[in-house]
Amino acid sequence: MTTILRLLGGRSEWLICLGVFAALLLVVLPLAFNGYFLNLLGRYLALAFVAIGLVMCWGYGGMLSLGQGVFFGLGGYAMAMFLKLEASTPEATAKQSTPGIPDFMDWNQLTALPWWWEPFNSFSFTLAALLLIPAAVAYVFGYALFKRRVSGVYFAIVTLSLAAAMSILIVGQQGYTGGANGITDFQTLLGWDITTDSARYVIYYICVFLLLVCIVLGQWILSSRAGRVLIAVRDEENRVRFSGYSVEDFKIFVFMVAAVFSAIGGAMFALQARFISPSQVGIGLSVELVVLCAVGGRFSLLGAAFGALLIKTAEMYLSDLFPQLWTILFGLILLVVVLAFPKGLAGLYELARDYALDHFGSNQSHAALEEHADKRSLHGREEGFLVRAKRILGGIR
Amino acid sequence: MGGYTTSEIATIMAMQGIAGLSLFGVFLLMALGLAIIFGQMGVINMAHGEFLTLGSYATYVVATMFESYAPGLFSYYFPVAIVLSFLVAFGVGYLLEYGLVRHLYKRPLDTLLATWAVGLIMQQIFRSIFGGRGVSADAPDWLQGSIQLSQMLFLSRSDLFVMCIAIAMTVIVAILLYRARWGMRVRSTTQNRAMANAVGINTAKVDRNTFALGCGLAGIAGSAFTTISATTPTAGAQYLVDTFLVVVLGGAASLLGTVASAFSIAQAQSILEFFITGSMAKVLTLMVVIGIIMLRPQGLFTLKVRQ
Amino acid sequence: MVANTQLLLSIEDLAVSFDGFRAVDGINLYLNEGELRVIIGPNGAGKTALLDLVCGKTRATEGSILFRDKQLRGMTENQIVHAGVGRKFQAPSIYESLSVFENLELTYPKGRNVIGSLFFRRTAEVEERIQATADMVGLGDRLEDLAGLLSHGQKQWLEIAMLLIQDPQLLMLDEPVAGMSQAERQQTAELLNRISQDRSVLIIEHDMKFVEQIASKVTVLDQGKVLAEGNIDRVKNDERVIERYLGH
Repeated sequence: MTTILRLLGGRSEWLICLGVFAALLLVVLPLAFNGYFLNLLGRYLALAFVAIGLVMCWGYGGMLSLGQGVFFGLGGYAMAMFLKLEASTPEATAKQSTPGIPDFMDWNQLTALPWWWEPFNSFSFTLAALLLIPAAVAYVFGYALFKRRVSGVYFAIVTLSLAAAMSILIVGQQGYTGGANGITDFQTLLGWDITTDSARYVIYYICVFLLLVCIVLGQWILSSRAGRVLIAVRDEENRVRFSGYSVEDFKIFVFMVAAVFSAIGGAMFALQARFISPSQVGIGLSVELVVLCAVGGRFSLLGAAFGALLIKTAEMYLSDLFPQLWTILFGLILLVVVLAFPKGLAGLYELARDYALDHFGSNQSHAALEEHADKRSLHGREEGFLVRAKRILGGIR
Repeated sequence: MGGYTTSEIATIMAMQGIAGLSLFGVFLLMALGLAIIFGQMGVINMAHGEFLTLGSYATYVVATMFESYAPGLFSYYFPVAIVLSFLVAFGVGYLLEYGLVRHLYKRPLDTLLATWAVGLIMQQIFRSIFGGRGVSADAPDWLQGSIQLSQMLFLSRSDLFVMCIAIAMTVIVAILLYRARWGMRVRSTTQNRAMANAVGINTAKVDRNTFALGCGLAGIAGSAFTTISATTPTAGAQYLVDTFLVVVLGGAASLLGTVASAFSIAQAQSILEFFITGSMAKVLTLMVVIGIIMLRPQGLFTLKVRQ
Repeated sequence: MVANTQLLLSIEDLAVSFDGFRAVDGINLYLNEGELRVIIGPNGAGKTALLDLVCGKTRATEGSILFRDKQLRGMTENQIVHAGVGRKFQAPSIYESLSVFENLELTYPKGRNVIGSLFFRRTAEVEERIQATADMVGLGDRLEDLAGLLSHGQKQWLEIAMLLIQDPQLLMLDEPVAGMSQAERQQTAELLNRISQDRSVLIIEHDMKFVEQIASKVTVLDQGKVLAEGNIDRVKNDERVIERYLGH
């Protein structure tokens, strides 16, 4: 017991947590759930990509983007376009007035594939596009916004408007995008049937693997000097500027990383849900993703990823049982998190760990705890609740 | 624009312009409350749309009451509905500030999340009480029909009514903010909270009333809204983005800016709608506004101040 | 010493206006290599605005700012820092949620672009430099503490230390001793005298006693213009300076 606690208080804590999370995703869940449910969990994990992007962009960078759905959608649509083209062979669509183009185009009286759909016939182009297009979009908007020093609530409003604009655009351009129904009805990826149970497992594992890669990459960035620059910008933006950093470059960079992560998530969503639609782009999802991140812990990559999975799984069970109550419960959870636990589930974990160290730990782990107290306070200014919660927990004893 | 004569184009522009006027009325009514809450207090109230919905449902309830208990007075339900919508929205806003928002003034982005949660909960409550489908009260006879301006141009009475309310509210808010003592307290609280406290202003009370007033104005907007559209649980939420853009574009603290930008956005959208589809007009307007905000983040109507 | 007589900074006809109000109105100021200059003047004279212009926080409407051979006007804040200008703000501006060590490390002039910062490693050289600088301002034993826990005076020193690690040729300080106790002022004066041996320093100060401790040459600003300039004793007895600023 003491040994475990000592490890938890030490420097390798993050690696242990990552290991536990990886074991949960790679071993426990596949054993506990069948292919159908695993596929649902995989969709929720696709949202976790966005949540970890938000930890970097919002938790560390202080830029609350309410338009991450735009990037999720770009990734998702890129993937869906490729899959849809694969499904729309002239043979498969022989009944259409123009065979060989996606069905919704035919319904909308299009007689040829639009030129910008053509390159999505190539899988390698699609993969490149789903990483590069979101990065480029994030760069352009990041550059325009951050160089003009647009920040805080204004950034939130502008990104929110972007999400609104993009979903309205997609709905409006039915012939080119599938409209409100989105892009649906595709079964194969490079000839491989993705509807089978075994394919579901394989895709789930790919999704988990990519998520873990993104988490490790994100943690590497956050624990480098760049991560400390982001914290410093939150504390004293001017000091960072006058220490010779181009603050905008760092903001643009982290916004781009978040965009690319979101796009990977979007692609994994399209692959597992086998559809993509404007509701994966718009305001609703964009804000929900921020909520998932907040509940999981806006300063913790693992917390945010876990939070996304947990909340969406809870929703899956509870919204069936109590469809009306779930929305209210969801709102209440968010209120409680914002008011009392700004660090979300990750903060609760820290409380529990510190409590355990306090009461069962040896003197050595006390030292480790203290080291942690220092480290923890790097992650934000909301120290008040920790002190409060500690007092409450102490009172229970 | 081949195929149209100059006079046809002029008529079309006038028609679209008139259609844009009612949109202007809705935008302005929504934006007034937000201009106070966001512009003066810097609080992002994501539940602002739900306060509009609240006002709409309150009006619907009043209309139904009149219909069943006092059918003879039905023509006069509207003034009662407006007052009640204001009071209900004001009251809920007051509670929201007291119970939630005041704890988060130092964390504006968290206010955004918390009020979004409140909006979500309110939407669900509306859905549970009134159902997901739209409800609408019959407009009193003096609001039905339209006024003929020329052979081709009509102005519906309800649109005119919405605009009149919007303008009346703007005048009242302007007087409150810039002429009344209350406005001075609000502005001094916004500009320097510590100083305002020091000279004896109860800033907590000012905050609460300011927030509640903004919500109350959204309630009035909702009341006016019932004359042009049915009320659904998400009726107000769909205007949220537009409203924020109106306020930001005008310059958060400028009332004149809010009026001007509500007018420009509504007209741009309405006139564009004739040439391209409605959704593309909306997208184009949104993108232009985003572009302007990027070039001038402080809004169009703000002073350059020495920092 | 030849280097000491060379011009480091020459500000010519510099002006900025905010909606018609000219906060800085045609200032000329020349600073030599290794010189310590104090800027004094009544509130609203444009002292802070002048520093803001030099370091790029605000953009000038007219005039030129030559630093060595480089025109600073039009450069971004970080380019100006890279050129060798450091700026300390009036209120201590440090990173309260980072440790003293991390505060200092962040100003270490390497890996200041995105890619560089990702691959920045804490080498022995970096640690030595940080330790030495922290010792110099008396924070050598507080490296592991959170910067937010320091006293007001210590925060000011930390910010000065952060600038020293940056190693600028020109250091600009905005009222460095405001809010400090008498003992702290004394220590700061000694520190500034030591610092100015290797670089030029431009200081805004109100406390005339403190000014006399550190300065040989002062510039008096009033209403955005240079009112007087020169040796401290001469300026102190200048009729206009007494009337506008010092009082009788």
